[in-house]
Amino acid sequence: MKSSGKNTGVWIVIAIVVFIYALFPIASILANSFKKGSEFAGSGTFLPKEPTFENYASLFIGDAKDLFVPALINSLGITLIATAISVVLATFAAYAIARLDFPGKRIILTSALAVSIFPVISIVTPLFNLWRQIGLYDTWLGLILPYLSLTLPISIYTLTAFFQQIPWDLERAAQVDGATNWQAFTKVIVPLAMPGVFTTAIIAFFIAWNDFVYGISLTSTSAARPVPAALAFFTGASQFEEPAGAISAAAIVVTIPVIIIVLLFQRQIVSGLTQGAVKG
Amino acid sequence: MSETTEPRPARAAEGTPSPTEREPRRSTDVARSGSSDVATQEKPRKRVKSERAKAETRLGWMLAGPAFVLMLLVTVYPILQAVFDSLFSFRLTAPDDREFVGLANYGVILTDGVFWYDLGITLLITVITVAVELVLGFALALVMNNAIRSLRGPLRTAILVPYGTITVVSAFAWFYAFDINTGYINSWFSWLPFISEDTAWFGSTAPALFVIMASEIWKTTPFISLLLLSGLAQVPGELTEAAKVDGATWWERMSKVILPNMKAAIMVAVLFRALDAFRIFDNIFIMTNGAYGTETLSLLAYRTSIGRLEIGMGSAVSVVLFLCVILISFIAIKGFKVDLAGRGGGK
Repeated sequence: MKSSGKNTGVWIVIAIVVFIYALFPIASILANSFKKGSEFAGSGTFLPKEPTFENYASLFIGDAKDLFVPALINSLGITLIATAISVVLATFAAYAIARLDFPGKRIILTSALAVSIFPVISIVTPLFNLWRQIGLYDTWLGLILPYLSLTLPISIYTLTAFFQQIPWDLERAAQVDGATNWQAFTKVIVPLAMPGVFTTAIIAFFIAWNDFVYGISLTSTSAARPVPAALAFFTGASQFEEPAGAISAAAIVVTIPVIIIVLLFQRQIVSGLTQGAVKG
Repeated sequence: MSETTEPRPARAAEGTPSPTEREPRRSTDVARSGSSDVATQEKPRKRVKSERAKAETRLGWMLAGPAFVLMLLVTVYPILQAVFDSLFSFRLTAPDDREFVGLANYGVILTDGVFWYDLGITLLITVITVAVELVLGFALALVMNNAIRSLRGPLRTAILVPYGTITVVSAFAWFYAFDINTGYINSWFSWLPFISEDTAWFGSTAPALFVIMASEIWKTTPFISLLLLSGLAQVPGELTEAAKVDGATWWERMSKVILPNMKAAIMVAVLFRALDAFRIFDNIFIMTNGAYGTETLSLLAYRTSIGRLEIGMGSAVSVVLFLCVILISFIAIKGFKVDLAGRGGGK
């Protein structure tokens, strides 16, 4: 009893250290997002002296509106479309790899691995040139296509690992019990596969949402520039003023949805990540 | 259809209760070649099987093909284009002066000190971040593995926050914390001998690299630690227990039982992270944009092609970077294979 009580104390201390490690930079930028512009001039404090919402206001209704709102819409639209395409295609591919026996399975998995180690910057130079020639530069499609090179490989890997654990015999059993192929598939397999598909979608979304290189290289205006790239090109109200407050607020706006997803689905994300990487 | 045109009514009657695909086909074959019973039974089965295999292959590629083709289209095609472009002297600012120069661009790169300096910085960042992340990630994995039950969920959730954070956001967070104007680090740690109120972290190579690597480590350690956690879960519990009973110390259990059994997970984690670290770009772009000797190969490729619009030279840098990544994975996979064979022999 005594020793377990002591252990609990030790674990709470360790947990606090881990929490500080994991959350401090986010807390830091959160604190920045409530600071007034004048507070950034060498004041050197962590917490804002007079907390203010003016940075957030400037993003949505103030002078940063024309930069931030289109970027947010671009990010959401491009990322969701890329995620949807890669999850649908990866689901078909992973089903085939896990369920069917055909030559070429290895080739598909190996090339997925090869594509995932591709340096993005190596692809971006030729794409930059090609996109300008065929009119995809600075368009949504011009980012969705390269995003697939980021999201497809990991989606295929994660889903294949997931599908390989599904007991496919259940499908056959349902057929023996009189279900049609389609019924057996939709009633038995789809419910079993949904968590994996969902997890994969979350991971693919994270990866596309995180992109920076394609974002700054293949766009030039608010027509397609996503938030991470837009952040790098923020300028203050004056050329000489550091727009740290506005950037911090924007950073918080794009981080909060991700953190909410993490909080809700941490179990699935962990299993998806480790299955795809270790067992795939 | 084939059932109704069945030549032998007895067979057809037999087939009706369970009309599967295979039944009618086999019976027509029997009808066609009615020589010996053994031969008729073996031949059709073989044919049916190969047709099934063909159908399965077709279906497999129909389902997996689109993803496969798209993946190749968005990566292999651009890299081939880059190889082609790298053979030309070609600037977007003077598109008409496109001229075939063979391998001259590569010659320029490999004899330029900037390239070798950037390669050195890239390798330095890769080696240090991966080494630190491995130790830190393992510590975190142990914490998550051994924590009392009620803390496991919250710990895992917290660990996922850096993973989910956009690299650019993490870069800004670290930049603003250390920056001489916006930061609080200087005033917090001014009691340390090498930090004062006006320490310019982004004014020279070593401190700038320190902050860059710190933010990289913060952001990506969770990934490595999750991989190691799943590796830890695969170590057989009986082995650790047995060692404990035999009186092995914590350190002995760690180095002789747990770590050797996790080698595969460790290798995978190191390979993934090393390749990732080698491509580092976002952090540096935000914090220094490659100034003060913090430029890496990725930034060099970006600066050459998209910054200065020298497509030919930039493509050559891209190809060299790509070859470096292939070389690293080749070395790592070779090492990994040897290790796996050793493990297999032990079992």
